[in-house]
Amino acid sequence: MKKHLLIAACMGLLSWGAVAESLDAPAPDGRRLGGTIAQELQAEEMPKVENKDLKRERNYPEQPPTIPHKIDGYRVDTNSNKCLSCHSRSTAAKSQAPMISITHYMDRDGQPLATVSPRRYFCEQCHVPQHETPAAIPNTFKNIDQVLEGGASQP
Amino acid sequence: MKLTRRDFAKAQAGAVAAAVAGIPLVEASNLITSSDQTQMEWNKAPCRFCGTGCSVMVATKDNQVVATHGDIKAEVNRGLNCVKGYFLSKIMYGKDRLTKPLLRMKDGKFDKNGEFAEVSWDQAFDIMAEKVKAALKNHGPNSVGMFGSGQWTVWEGYAASKLYKAGLRSNNIDPNARHCMASAVMGFMRTFGMDEPMGCYDDFEHANAFVLWGSNMAEMHPVLWTRITDRRLSAPDTQVAVLSTYEHRSFELADIPMVFTPHTDLVILNYIANYLIENDAIDKDFVAKHTNFVKGAEDIGYGLRPTNPLEARAKNAEKANTWEPYSLEQFAEFVKPYTLARAAKESGVPAERLEKLAKLYADPNIRVMSLWTMGANQHTRGVWVNNLIYNIHLLTGKISQPGNSPFSLTGQPSACGTAREVGTFAHRLPADMLIANPEHRAKAEKIWKLPAGAIQDQLGFHAVLQSRKLKDGEIKFYWTQVTNNMQAGPNVMEEILPGWRNPEAFVVVSDVYPTVSAQAADLILPSAMWVEKEGAYGNAERRTQFWHQLVKAPGDAKSDLWQLVEFSKRFTTDEVWPAELLDKNPDFKGKTLFDVLFANGKVNAFGKEDIAEGYANDEADAFGFYLQKGLFEEYAEFGRGHAHDLADFDTYHNSRGLRWPVVDGKETKWRYAEGHDPYVKPGKGFEFYGKPDGKALIFALPYEAPPEAPDADFPFWLCTGRVIEHWHTGSMTDRVDELHKAVPQALVYMHPDDAKKLNVRRGSEVMLTTRRGEMRGRVETRGRNKVPQGLIFVPFFDAKRLVNKLTLDATDPISKQTDFKKCAVKIEAIV
Repeated sequence: MKKHLLIAACMGLLSWGAVAESLDAPAPDGRRLGGTIAQELQAEEMPKVENKDLKRERNYPEQPPTIPHKIDGYRVDTNSNKCLSCHSRSTAAKSQAPMISITHYMDRDGQPLATVSPRRYFCEQCHVPQHETPAAIPNTFKNIDQVLEGGASQP
Repeated sequence: MKLTRRDFAKAQAGAVAAAVAGIPLVEASNLITSSDQTQMEWNKAPCRFCGTGCSVMVATKDNQVVATHGDIKAEVNRGLNCVKGYFLSKIMYGKDRLTKPLLRMKDGKFDKNGEFAEVSWDQAFDIMAEKVKAALKNHGPNSVGMFGSGQWTVWEGYAASKLYKAGLRSNNIDPNARHCMASAVMGFMRTFGMDEPMGCYDDFEHANAFVLWGSNMAEMHPVLWTRITDRRLSAPDTQVAVLSTYEHRSFELADIPMVFTPHTDLVILNYIANYLIENDAIDKDFVAKHTNFVKGAEDIGYGLRPTNPLEARAKNAEKANTWEPYSLEQFAEFVKPYTLARAAKESGVPAERLEKLAKLYADPNIRVMSLWTMGANQHTRGVWVNNLIYNIHLLTGKISQPGNSPFSLTGQPSACGTAREVGTFAHRLPADMLIANPEHRAKAEKIWKLPAGAIQDQLGFHAVLQSRKLKDGEIKFYWTQVTNNMQAGPNVMEEILPGWRNPEAFVVVSDVYPTVSAQAADLILPSAMWVEKEGAYGNAERRTQFWHQLVKAPGDAKSDLWQLVEFSKRFTTDEVWPAELLDKNPDFKGKTLFDVLFANGKVNAFGKEDIAEGYANDEADAFGFYLQKGLFEEYAEFGRGHAHDLADFDTYHNSRGLRWPVVDGKETKWRYAEGHDPYVKPGKGFEFYGKPDGKALIFALPYEAPPEAPDADFPFWLCTGRVIEHWHTGSMTDRVDELHKAVPQALVYMHPDDAKKLNVRRGSEVMLTTRRGEMRGRVETRGRNKVPQGLIFVPFFDAKRLVNKLTLDATDPISKQTDFKKCAVKIEAIV
C-alpha cells in the first residue's frame, strides 16, 4: 500500500490538508487503501450505467434480475409507472421486454390479483441498474452449479 | 427441528450460461437430476441488515450458502426482501474475509506504529488481557471500554454487558445504537416510562393515514414501505404525508409532500398540538384519564465538550432530562404562539399542506400511523421530537389501537432485541433497568448470582464520550465488535481517529472484513458472521427471531460470543475485583470470570444434547454446553412477570418469531390497551403502566436553535444518510458485485442551481469542508434525491468518502445521540 500512496502522491492526488502521519499507521487494504484514513484521495469519476439490454446470469433463481439498461428519468409514482409500460403482462409482447414474474401479481397471501400487486409497485426496491465499473472487492460466492461441480468449499 | 427440506428436482447446469461464464462442465449432460446431488437444505434466518426484521430462507450445500429468498411464511415480509436482502447469499464471501487475528508489530512485539502480522488467538488474548489488567490496576475500571452493536445477537450483547458490567466492573460499554436509537429510547422513557413501541406492523394494514416524520422508508425500510404502498394503492382513501429536509424516494407515494427547513420539525409539531386545541379536536376523556401534562427543562445545550462556548452558555445542560408539573390550560398557552403562519414561515412548508397534515390527526375518523427514524432521532433535540410526536397521539387518543400508532422504526436488526433490551447502554441493565437505581443493580446481581456491590453505581461513558475519553487518554483499553465507528461515528478527524491512535490506548476491533475501523485498530480479531453462528435478533415491532448455525466460519474466524466468553477465562476475580468485595464474599476468591459469569449454574445449565438435531454449534463444541440457550434463559428471567416476557428458547427456533410480552404462549400486538395487553388491569381501557399512576406524559417543549447553521463561511447544510443498496458502512454490501455496481460511490447530491453558482456540474469533483475536516466527492444533480437549494446530502456507506470527517459531534443532551443530519459545510470546485 505504500506504493499506492507514493503513486497517489506523485500524481498530486493527496489532500490539500497536511497528512498527520501518526494518524495513518500501516494497515491492510480494504475498501479504502490501508494507511490513508486521514487523507483525501481523488474521487473516482462517475461511471456510466451499462445499457446493453443483455440479460445477465442470476446467482440463484430467486435473485431479482438486475436492470440491463438505463432508467434515467423513469417516472414511478402514484400516477404512473414507466417500467410497467414495457414489462407488464399486457405490454411485454409488444415491447419484447421480459414480463414481470407471476409472483408480482399476488397479494400478501399469495392470491393472484387482476393486475400488478401494489406491494410490488416500486420496482427499484429490488431491481437495480449496473454501472460499468469493476467489483470493489472480488466475491468468492459459488452458485449451486459451481458447488455441484465440485467447487471447493469456502476459503 | 428442520423447518423445510426441498427437493431440488432439476438443476439447470445451463450449458449456454456456463459457456458464457467460462465454467467447465464435468459431465456432458446439461441437467443434473440425481436427488443426492441436487438437494439443498433450506432454513430460516432473519435478514442480517435493518430493523424491519424480514425472515429469509437460506439454502446451504456443502458448507456454503448458495441461495436466499424472502420467507413466504413470515408475517413481516411474506416472501419479499429488498435488493440487499436478496443478495444476502454473497455477503460472507468477499475475498478479503479476515481469517486470522492480526496484531500491529515491530521486531516481534506490539508496536502502535507497526505493521499488522498474523498471531494466534492465544497471543491475541495474551496482549488483550495484559492491557486490561494494567489499565484496571493503574487507572481503575473506567479506563477500559467497549463499543458494541445493534447487530450483535441477543446473547452476544448480553454476554458483553455482563463481562463488562459485572466482570470487569466497568459500565463503559455502549452500543452503536447510541448513534441510531438513543433519542427514541429516551422519548419512550420520558413519555411512557417504558421502552419500545406500543403498536406493531399490523398497524400498516389498519391505518388510513401515514405520516413520515423524517424517515425515508422507501429506501431504509423498503419491505415495510411495500406494506404502506399496498395499503395506499389498494385503499385509495388512504393518505401518505412525507416530511423531510429534502425530497427522496418516499415522496413518490406522498399525497402531502413537505420539505422543511432543518430543525423546524419542532415548530410543526407544536403547531399541530396548537391546532388540535384551538379546533377542539382533542379527546378530552382520554387526556383526562390517561395523561399528565409536564413542562420539560429548556436551554439544555448540545452535548458538546464542556469547554465549548455553546455548552458553557446553556443554563440547564446538567438537568436536561427534568420536568415540572403543568396543566392542559398552561400547555394550551405554551403552544399558542406556534400558529399556522409561524409554522409555514419558519419551516418553508406551504400553509395549506401543514393544515392538511394537522387535519389527519384532528379527524377522529382517520387512523394515523406516525413513523420516524434518523430524521427525528439524529437531532440535537431528538428526544423532544419523539416526545412531541407522542403529544399529538396522546391529545387525540390515537394510540395503542390497530392503525392508531406512533411508531418509532429501528435502524439495526437488533437495536431493540439486543442494544436496548439486554442492557448494553452505558446507563442501563437488562429489561429497561437502570445502573443509577440501586434496586435495579441489586436485582441484576441476584439474577447473576453475584455479591452485592458487584455492579458499580457510576454511569459509563456513552459513544461520543468514549471517543473523547480515548482522545484525552483516559480510556486505555477499547474493544469494538460488529460496528465500524471510524466510518460511522461523528467528527472522525478531531475526535475518533486521534483517540484511537492515541499512544495511551490499545484498540481491538472484531470484524469480518478490513473496515476503516479495523485499519485504525491495534489488534484485529476475525469474526464469524450471520449464519456462521447461532443467533437471535429482536426487530422494531418487539419480535424476537432466532436462527441456527448453518455453515462454518472461514479459517480461524470465531463468533463474537466465543471471543467474549473465551476471553473471560483470562481473568481471576482477584485480578479485577477490589479486595473488600472479595473479603466480604470469599467464595468468589480465585475464580475466573468465566466461572463467575458463565459457568454459574445458569448459563451452563443446558447440555449439547439440547441443540436441535443436525445443526452445528461451534460455541457448544468449544465450551461443552449450550451457551446460547443458557444466556437466553438467564436473560429472560429479567423480563418474565415484568411486562417483558419472552417465550421459552425452543419456541423461537420453531416459529417466525413472537412479539413480547409473550404471556401464556400468546404474543402482544398492542401494549397498554385492554383486551390486547395482559398487563392492563381490567376496566382500565388503557394503562401506561410504565408510569406509577398509569398515565403517559404530555410534554411542553419549545423550539430551540441547532448548534450550527449555515453562515457566510460555511453556507450549506450538510445532511448524511443511507441508500437502499448499501447497509450502513457498506462493509458487507460493497463486497457484493451487484450492489456495488448499482451504487459504486457516495455522491454529493446538490441542487442544479447551486451547482451552477459554484461553477460545477454533474460529475465534477468538489471539496467539502467543515470546521472539522474535509472530503472530496463527485456532484450529483439528478437521481433519487432532490435537495433544496442550500442543502447537500451525502451517504456514509463509502469507505473512500468518509463523510463523518465533516460531521459535528453535537448530541441530543438527553439521549447523547449525535445529530448526523445537520452541520454547516463549504463547497469548492476542484479544478
